[in-house]
Amino acid sequence: MPARPKLGVFKFASCDGCQLSLLDAEQHLLAIAEQIEIAYFLEARSHTDEGPYDVALVEGSITTPHDAQRIQEIRQKSKMLITIGACATSGGIQALRNWHDVEDFTRHVYARPEYIQTLATSTPIADHVRVDFELRGCPIDVGQLIELITSVVVGRKPRFPNESVCMECKRQGTVCVVVAQGRPCLGPVTHSGCGSICPAYNRGCYGCFGPKENAQPLSLMQHMHGQGCDREVLVDLVRNFNGYAPEFRAAGDQFEERSAGT
Amino acid sequence: MTMDRDFRGMMTSIEKHQLQRVIEHLQELGYRTVGPQVRDGAIVYDDIASIEQLPTGQIDIQDGGTYRLQTDIEAGWFDYVVGPHSLKNYLFPPREPIQQLTLNANGWHAETPDLTEPPVAVFGLRACDLHALAIQDRVFLEGPYVDPQYKARRERLVIVAVHCRRAAATCFCHSMSTGPAVSGGFDLVLTELDDHFTVEAGTEVGAEVIEHLSHTPCTPAEIERSRQVSLDLLQEMQSRTPEGDSPRPRQLETDGIRDVLMQNLDHARWDDVAQRCLACANCTMVCPTCFCSTVGEVTDLTVEHVTRERTWASCFTGDHSYTASGVVRPSIKSQYRQWLTHKLATWIDQFGSSGCVGCGRCITWCPVGIDLTEEVAAIRGEGT
Repeated sequence: MPARPKLGVFKFASCDGCQLSLLDAEQHLLAIAEQIEIAYFLEARSHTDEGPYDVALVEGSITTPHDAQRIQEIRQKSKMLITIGACATSGGIQALRNWHDVEDFTRHVYARPEYIQTLATSTPIADHVRVDFELRGCPIDVGQLIELITSVVVGRKPRFPNESVCMECKRQGTVCVVVAQGRPCLGPVTHSGCGSICPAYNRGCYGCFGPKENAQPLSLMQHMHGQGCDREVLVDLVRNFNGYAPEFRAAGDQFEERSAGT
Repeated sequence: MTMDRDFRGMMTSIEKHQLQRVIEHLQELGYRTVGPQVRDGAIVYDDIASIEQLPTGQIDIQDGGTYRLQTDIEAGWFDYVVGPHSLKNYLFPPREPIQQLTLNANGWHAETPDLTEPPVAVFGLRACDLHALAIQDRVFLEGPYVDPQYKARRERLVIVAVHCRRAAATCFCHSMSTGPAVSGGFDLVLTELDDHFTVEAGTEVGAEVIEHLSHTPCTPAEIERSRQVSLDLLQEMQSRTPEGDSPRPRQLETDGIRDVLMQNLDHARWDDVAQRCLACANCTMVCPTCFCSTVGEVTDLTVEHVTRERTWASCFTGDHSYTASGVVRPSIKSQYRQWLTHKLATWIDQFGSSGCVGCGRCITWCPVGIDLTEEVAAIRGEGT
């Protein structure tokens, strides 16, 4: 990496929340700007540098033919491409369209659906171009973003443990909401990184950071179903922000199929 | 605290509310007092200043993957058993800085943080907890590498233990010969009788605390009644049988367990449990003897200020067995087998005792209710 790498921040189908996390890093912003040159970041400055970039942070999923082309151009202009957030990494909440007929949606929503050019699916960036690193979360965690930027600047591996949300809960002393309350929670199959926010507030994990390594959501869902949890609740839980991530997608589909038979 | 002389027989009787004086006296001596209390539907350890905070009248119904508190009019002050926390949270904290590094003109400067925290006194510990403590002591204090922070905390620790008079279905200390009677390693141990506690000192500190209480020497009959509490519970645990819809009482056959497990590393049961296990690591986090940690550097953006931090780690992650040639145990099957065979078999080779104290935490706090006693029984070919 050069002394002050050039950074581009790009948006695809998304809510902007992840790229705004960079601006949320308030007390670190000046330090970040000293370490990297923010060359393209429409949310932050109107001046745009057309590249090439040392690092591209890509938010959002691919949902239109235009975006499918645009991501190829960004990849060509970027030495390192890092996706930020659930949309870019697994297709996001908008990937719920992948289980339905998108034309049916556009017919209902738009007066002139023929003006809408959209793909049948919402897909992660890695389905289209080579991705060097995926930063998880819906939204991403500011602390992890800073760790990522630091590691890129210094040229080391970022310190992101591959572990479940449960490990963070236990380190914080949070009482398990599954065991003590019977609440549906994706923590045991979800990648850590959020700091286990929801269980600390007596809510189950929504799986914002996507599947952890060796995730087995089906085992968790079958057990919770056995404990009296409705199958619809469980399918909705796993088919959420990261519902199209392969492990969650397969578990949701299999659980639906198995339950349909009962 | 070490056992300086034999305090056996120094059993005295105190009114229950005298426990408040014990808390206050230890606070006056500079201790941070920690005890059981209800939080978010479970009994956890946290700072305690008043006996009003104790979960009096509560019992815990525990089974594989479930834990529920119940109010029981017949329950005393300590008739719940163990919750998700253990002494480990205090002596071997989940996250702790072990070194601060700063880059200045002369290069890197390293500083080891001083242990400035006050000593801790923990109330309500059980026989299984004290056996777990003895196991962690062997890990952190014996052998060529002594852990300085564990040692500093351990030497100043004060333990106010309780003889259990009730067991949860997940308790199997009777199988592991670790309870239910507290047999040593305490400063004070309480036995709860109907309207008072009998209390016994195990150390000078404990004896000194008793001196500050309004207490009366126990009659031989009271001593007998106190001893009988644990004996009755032991007998009950040994003769428990499944009853109706109640959670199935656990036991573990330990006879020859090391060889049974090590000679069955290819047993089909490992594939079976691997279908259910989530590798979420909850069992290792709640286990009072699991001691694995990882060390990493936390830096600021300039990378001139670095904190070397130790955090709890688990054999249920790929990172745990990551070596130059890759991850040694990438599958859930290999991870679960590693955990169970270490805990119940190779721990004996390594440390001279089982790594399991029969507290049942790993059974209760497994989100899918995997039960090591069932897994071992299946590997023994006993069915479930």
